[in-house]
Amino acid sequence: MNETPALLILVAAIFINNILLSNFLGMCSFLVCSRQIGTAIGLGAAVIFVTTSTTILNYFVYHGLLVPSKEMFGIDLTFLTFVVFIAVIAAFVQFVEMFVERFSPKLYYALGIFLPLITVNCAIFGAALFIVIRQYSLFQSAGFALGAGTGWALAIVLMAGLRQKMGYSNVPKSFQGIAIVMIITGVIAMTFMGFAGMISIQ
Amino acid sequence: MSNSCGACVSLCGGKGKATFHDGIWKNNPIAVQVLGICSALAVTNRLANALVMGLALIFVCMGSNLIVSSLRKAIPHRIRMIAEVVIIATFVIVFDQILKAFYWDMSKQLGPYVGLIITNCIPMGRAEAFALQNGPSLSLLDGFANGLGYAAVLAVIGFIRELLGTGAILGHQVLSAEWYTPNQVMILAPGAFLVLGFLIALSQAIKAPVQEVKK
Repeated sequence: MNETPALLILVAAIFINNILLSNFLGMCSFLVCSRQIGTAIGLGAAVIFVTTSTTILNYFVYHGLLVPSKEMFGIDLTFLTFVVFIAVIAAFVQFVEMFVERFSPKLYYALGIFLPLITVNCAIFGAALFIVIRQYSLFQSAGFALGAGTGWALAIVLMAGLRQKMGYSNVPKSFQGIAIVMIITGVIAMTFMGFAGMISIQ
Repeated sequence: MSNSCGACVSLCGGKGKATFHDGIWKNNPIAVQVLGICSALAVTNRLANALVMGLALIFVCMGSNLIVSSLRKAIPHRIRMIAEVVIIATFVIVFDQILKAFYWDMSKQLGPYVGLIITNCIPMGRAEAFALQNGPSLSLLDGFANGLGYAAVLAVIGFIRELLGTGAILGHQVLSAEWYTPNQVMILAPGAFLVLGFLIALSQAIKAPVQEVKK
C-alpha cells in the first residue's frame, strides 16, 4: 500500500501522469471528437463524471466482492476483474443515459452519441485497472479518478483549440487528418514532460 | 455442410483474399481505421512487448470473431453489444491468465494494457462489422488478418522506438554507443505519438497515387 496523499495523486494524474498523454488511454474518442471546442468540452465533462463515479463503484466492487470471494464463496474470483469492471461501467453509463433522457432531454440530445462512446473509452476502464495495480486506497482512488478524468478533458480541449486554429494553416497533403493530429499530440505530450520533475509519483 | 463448403470455396477464391488484403493493408486497423491506438502506443517502447501484444490481439480477434459469427443467429440484436463484450473479455482473460502463469515478467511490463484489449476497438469493431454478417471460417480469417495488420504496425513502431531510443533491437545492442547517443524521447510518450504520426503520413503518401489512378 503506498502512502501518497490523495490530493497529490490528483494533481499528478492531471499534469504528470496524464492518462492520455503519458498512458495513451482514450485515444480513439480523443482523435475523433476533438474537431470542435464545444463538443470537446461536452465530452470532457461527461468523461470526468463517468470516470470518477465508475472508478469509485469499481473500487467497492473489487474490494467488497472480488477480493473476499475466496472466503465468501470458496472460489477466488479476481480473474473475473475485467468482465466485472466492464459490466459495471456499461451498466452505469446505460443508467446515466436513461436518467438524463428522462429528466433533461436537452442535455440528452447534446450528449447523445457521446454517452455510448464513453463505455468503450479506455481511459475509464484503464483508470479502474490502475487503482487495482497500484493498490490505491479509497481516497487515493477517488483522487486518481478525478485527476485522470480532468487530465483527459484538459488534453481534448487543448487539442480541439489547436485543431480549430489549424483549419487556417496549410498542412502537407499526406499529413492531413490523423497524421498531423498525432504529431501535435506528441508535441503537447513533450510540453507536459516539463511538469515531470515537479513530483515523482507512481 | 453446404454452408461450410461454400465458405471454403469463398476462402480460396476472391473473397478470402480480399478479406486478408483488407485487414492487413487497405483497411489496416491502426493506420486507416485509426482503432486501437492506445495499446499501439503504450506497449511499443520495446519490440518484444509489441510482438507479444500483437500476438494477444491476433488470438483475441480470431477467437471472438469465430464465436460471435457462430452465434450470430442466436444472439438477439438488442443485446448484441454486451454479448460481444463478454465474448471478447473471455478471450482476453484467457490470454492474460496464460501470460501471468508462464511469462510473469512480460505480464508485469504490459501492465493494464492486456486487459485494455477489451476496450480496444478492433475486436469489437470486427465483431460488429464483419462477424455478424459473415460465416465462421471467413470471420476467423478476418480476425486473423486484422490481428496481423495490427501486429505488423506494432512491430514497426516497436522496432523504430527501441532502435532510436536505446540503440538496441530485442535487447541486443545494434547501434554502437560510441557514435550513437540514444534518444530518450523515443522511449517516452511523445516519441510514440511522433513515430505513429509519421508512419500514418507515410502510408497515406504511398497510397495516394494509387487512388488517383483509380479515378
